[in-house]
Amino acid sequence: MRSMLTVFRKELSDDFTSLRFLILFGLVLLAGIFSVYIAANTISSNTTTEVSSFATNSASQFIFLQLFTISSESLSASFLTFITLFVPIVGIALGFDAINSERNAGTLSRLLSQPVYRDDVINGKFLAGVSTIAIMLISIVLLVAGIGLRIIGVPPSAEEVIRLIAFLGLGIVYGAFWLSISMLFSVLVRRIATSALASIAIWIFFYFFISIIASSIAGRIAPISDSSTTTEQLKYLAVNVDIMRISPVYLFQEASSVILSPDSRTLSELIQIQAQGLQAWMMPSPLSVAQSIIMVWPQIVTLIALTVISFAISYVKFMREEIRST
Amino acid sequence: MPAVIEIKDLTKTYDNITAVNKLNLEIGESEIFGFLGPNGAGKTTAILMLLGLTEPTSGTVSICGFNATREPLQVKRITGYVPEKVGFYEDLTVHYNLLYTAWLNNIPEQQIEDRIKTALKTVGLPNAANRKVQQLSHGMKQRLAIADVLVKNPRIVILDEPTSGIDPEGVVQLLELIRKIAQEQGMTVILSSHQLPQVQRICTRVGILSKGKMIAEGPLDQLGRKAFGGSEFRVEVQVSEVTSIIIDAIKSISGVTSTEALGKDIIVNCERDLRPQIAKAVIDNNGQLIQMKIQSYSLEDIYLKYSGEV
Repeated sequence: MRSMLTVFRKELSDDFTSLRFLILFGLVLLAGIFSVYIAANTISSNTTTEVSSFATNSASQFIFLQLFTISSESLSASFLTFITLFVPIVGIALGFDAINSERNAGTLSRLLSQPVYRDDVINGKFLAGVSTIAIMLISIVLLVAGIGLRIIGVPPSAEEVIRLIAFLGLGIVYGAFWLSISMLFSVLVRRIATSALASIAIWIFFYFFISIIASSIAGRIAPISDSSTTTEQLKYLAVNVDIMRISPVYLFQEASSVILSPDSRTLSELIQIQAQGLQAWMMPSPLSVAQSIIMVWPQIVTLIALTVISFAISYVKFMREEIRST
Repeated sequence: MPAVIEIKDLTKTYDNITAVNKLNLEIGESEIFGFLGPNGAGKTTAILMLLGLTEPTSGTVSICGFNATREPLQVKRITGYVPEKVGFYEDLTVHYNLLYTAWLNNIPEQQIEDRIKTALKTVGLPNAANRKVQQLSHGMKQRLAIADVLVKNPRIVILDEPTSGIDPEGVVQLLELIRKIAQEQGMTVILSSHQLPQVQRICTRVGILSKGKMIAEGPLDQLGRKAFGGSEFRVEVQVSEVTSIIIDAIKSISGVTSTEALGKDIIVNCERDLRPQIAKAVIDNNGQLIQMKIQSYSLEDIYLKYSGEV
């Protein structure tokens, strides 16, 4: 345990002083500030309109959370979108050379010749990576929330704070998943560039290509046209979403949008689309935090399971690996 | 001299290739043992098993009474290892690299700075603490590797090809350093190398490994005698004309083990320095002695003799 903490301490210090992390941190922070600025302006203009309308929309009860989910009409890039995009990059950047760089530099055999168990090394590195992601996410959310608070002037309610904490937890698991994927490649592949490329390829596939593949497969399984019935459209959407759910990116998006939007009562896109049209006429009935979490519990558990499986493979491979001359 | 390292029937097989084959060895306290063999002989694999970094297929290793396979942490606590391709965190300072080793070895905080300072002074890098490792030369990094080992104050030091890539002057300095440390601090040193003159320079005993098997082991003089039929010295005698009378006269000298005529030279293998007796035998038998050279068998001769027999 003590050795693991020693490895953890050193890795954490390395992460926070590495140029690559500082650049990414700055990038995420800038994107966060930008998105919250846009969101705050959008909220301000919407609130002015809503105040003059007859009903108190449910959305106005959770104005603070909207800072993280909404964007402007011209630019659809919310804080959540940026986090979904950048957290994998940070996770990959922290893990793609975790083991193979030590092996290539000859530090691994020197490290393992010290009185440490082999798993202390990989556990310490993973824990340091997760902590770095956690510290980064918490500080960015706090900074961005502070800026948003100053602009919109509405403090968060207790429920909003709880939802933000839940979102942070989810974000950390999401980052941990990408860290574990990149660490897996750093154990499997000797060349650092190859492990970085392999991790990025996985990210690109799940971020960009999965939606194309999903809609293409769904179109073959449950084809739709302009004259399709609602049942046919629902079937198409169900198949599409089922395929999309193999992507950790989609799982995170789905789970975090529900956690940050108490008004989300369903994960079905079609119902959400229809509900948006009726929203102004509906009685406000946001879900409680517990209900929202229960709704996305499968997504959360799947993300955790994927992280655990990926890390477990790295762990087993690293533990069974023969140390040769280097 | 009590044995601090005991290896019994140590075997390691990788995918049907036997890297180390039934290795048996005992190394005593404060001994500098040379582990010899060509590349791929199994030296590094044997070393990794000594440290508990690789599990043996069969056999046992005991380091100061600890089983290297079952108690690797205890073994690593008392053993310092300098791998062939030693690596440091290049973008960190010398001090931080040593500090990390100290932390991993659980050295009490109040002793750490003293140990780092002493280790750097011992290896001749007293002013390098705040330099980044990437600024050091290869030779300096090898010295740093020894400092890294000294920080943990081990009973046993294992050096795997420590002089590879260092200039001749650096090699001499490094070997002297190893000898000095072993003598002053009473450490047992295992030096693995295929550079025979280096091993010969500092080792009290050697083991020759070939294709995973220990083909010879013992003090250098003993190995030489064993390899060359009891001879420890070789005298090259140059005469104006080699005759059978002269050869017979030399052969009859007590202590001569064999003779061989090569043109105008007679090669005489003998147990001790017999130059006066040989000179007398040549002159007494009307021979004209031109010159005479004596040499003891080098490790290279011994090594080639043994490896040629495998």
